[in-house]
Amino acid sequence: MGKHILSVLVENHAGVLSRVAGLFSRRGFNIDSLAVGVTENPEISRITIVVDGDDYIVEQVGKQLNKLVDVIKIKQLEKEESVSRELVLIKVEANANTRSEIIQIVEIFRANIVDVSKNTLTIEISGGANKVTALEDMLKQFGIKEIVRTGTIAIERGNNYTKVNNNDEE
Amino acid sequence: MKITGAQAIIKALEYENTDVIFGYPGAAICPFYDALVDSGIKHILTRNEQGAAHAASGYARVTGKTGVCVSTSGPGATNLITGIATAYMDSIPMVAITGQVSSELIGRDVFQEADITGATAPFCKHSYLVKNEKDLPRIIKEAFYIASTGRPGPVVIDIPVDIQTREFEFNYPKNIDIKGYKPTYKGHSLQIKKVAEAVSKAKRPLICAGGGIIRANASKELLDYANKCSIPVTTTLMGLGAIPYHHKLNLGMLGSHGVYAANYAVHNADLLIIMGARVGDRAMGSPSQIENKASIIHIDIDPAEIGKNIKVSIPVVGDVKSILSELIEVSQKGNVEEWNVLINEAKEKNSIKTNYEDKAKFVSPKYALSVLTKLIDEKTVVTTEVGQNQIWTANYLGVRKAGTFITSGGMGTMGYGLPAAVGAKIGALESRVIAIAGDGSFQMSMNELGTIKQNKLGIKIIVFNNHRLGMVREMQKVKYCSRYSGVFLDENPDFIKLFEAYGFTGKTIDSNSQVEEALKEMLSDDKTCLLEIIVDPEESTL
Repeated sequence: MGKHILSVLVENHAGVLSRVAGLFSRRGFNIDSLAVGVTENPEISRITIVVDGDDYIVEQVGKQLNKLVDVIKIKQLEKEESVSRELVLIKVEANANTRSEIIQIVEIFRANIVDVSKNTLTIEISGGANKVTALEDMLKQFGIKEIVRTGTIAIERGNNYTKVNNNDEE
Repeated sequence: MKITGAQAIIKALEYENTDVIFGYPGAAICPFYDALVDSGIKHILTRNEQGAAHAASGYARVTGKTGVCVSTSGPGATNLITGIATAYMDSIPMVAITGQVSSELIGRDVFQEADITGATAPFCKHSYLVKNEKDLPRIIKEAFYIASTGRPGPVVIDIPVDIQTREFEFNYPKNIDIKGYKPTYKGHSLQIKKVAEAVSKAKRPLICAGGGIIRANASKELLDYANKCSIPVTTTLMGLGAIPYHHKLNLGMLGSHGVYAANYAVHNADLLIIMGARVGDRAMGSPSQIENKASIIHIDIDPAEIGKNIKVSIPVVGDVKSILSELIEVSQKGNVEEWNVLINEAKEKNSIKTNYEDKAKFVSPKYALSVLTKLIDEKTVVTTEVGQNQIWTANYLGVRKAGTFITSGGMGTMGYGLPAAVGAKIGALESRVIAIAGDGSFQMSMNELGTIKQNKLGIKIIVFNNHRLGMVREMQKVKYCSRYSGVFLDENPDFIKLFEAYGFTGKTIDSNSQVEEALKEMLSDDKTCLLEIIVDPEESTL
């Protein structure tokens, strides 16, 4: 078992996301996260899916996704050959005594404070899963009120890229 | 010239060579039905939308064309669902057109609104909700293309009623370009070479032919290939007819409801060549046992089927007809004489008995079907329902020709056989059509007798009546200590009178000695009639 990142190019139509999501639920595949956004071509969207499963599951996910007419291309992104990021907003309890300590931690992680109130600080962090988890661990002691995550997005390193008609490399 | 959306649908259907559609009208599809009046397309009104979908499926299966069914929104559309799912599981080319409430009302839960594209998403090949009338020509062309190419399947087009009335300039597109849909037809030549090599080295090869052979119209190639390399052939339920039942290399149907010789061969083969089959659980209950004993070659047009249920050593993705043609060229027969001797011994031990028990008040359905086999020609189309009647027919009726045996294989839909027979008869008017049912499944679709009467179709209907849901009862007998629950049909109607109410005739027999004469009488004309065959509730499936 393990986490696998799939970068899926789909037609930018209504209903495509529900087809993709429905496929996962009815075939019993587990999704860790799913992030959607339009690509450089407005007719095409990219869905980045993090799947939890063994090689058999990942192969099946790919094949079943490919059967959907709206799915144009699927690429599995290898960890070493891609950059992945997630944006996370964390609202943490903070008072006059703890505020400066939290700010120090935030600086170490190169995260940002995006909102402040008498009793809370809201922190924005982007990065790979490990960095986000580490910050979360450090902030737990102060009392985390709420966490909002975008889900992982990823892109290939170097000259490789996933496009509708290309062969992955130029 | 500008035409309405409804007229555009008709025109597009004409471009797709659709000459008959099966359907049931309602408010949200009325503009379409209005335009239908001025067209040459024949409309068959079924007695339930589900019957329309099954009839379109039966029509598609005998003609090889894409079946078309039509319904209104809401309950009309939801009634189609079982038919769409049945077609999906058996890979039948079908286009289902549903009316939808007016575009601006979608999502407000108005009268007869149902999200049919959402509801059918898990079991249709693709679906469209039309949002602009100008998209209609492209969408209909794409729908027929998707339904009939690659691995066939049903495509749903949901058309709001206002779209059907809006006018626009109609242009039917010539070309199709769907970025995410490019089926593979030609098999990889290296993989084909590997198959040929494995076959020439195999000592105990076996072909498992599925419904894909029939859909791909590849029976002739299958026979040529099996003959050339002397490879015995077993078929799945959907594959029956891929090889004539009396062919020396045919072993019959495999699996939990199959015959001894076929299962013997599956478990003793050293090379299993699966063609156009998906290794369903009823065909291969324990694929892990099989993959340990044999190398597996899997030829299928749907890459997602390869490796899904069984580990494959040599996968070949593509059209089985063209792959078989290439294989015939490059293959050499292996050293298989010893294997064929073993196979023939197994065939003699086949669980299909030739002696049938004569009982006082019952007919042996197995005997009746073996007599029927002798009395029908190879063009005769036989449909079945689901239950004991289906398995008896699969194992005891000899199917001679691909496309003449029509049954719900994957979904196992009771109520399929009679409406499928309606579609089959309309698709092959010159052929005799026999619908075989049990008393339970017959009652699921017997309203279609009205469709048969209205369209003056001659369909021969055989009902095996054991006053039980026989297959469930048998399962309760074997697995649930004979605690019978919900399987009694003691208050069945008088089926003869029921047929008479529609102006048809019927006859009941209850002994083996009456079988031959009754069947001959039934087959002496082309009129719709019933032969009710009384069967012992204790009669087993196998």
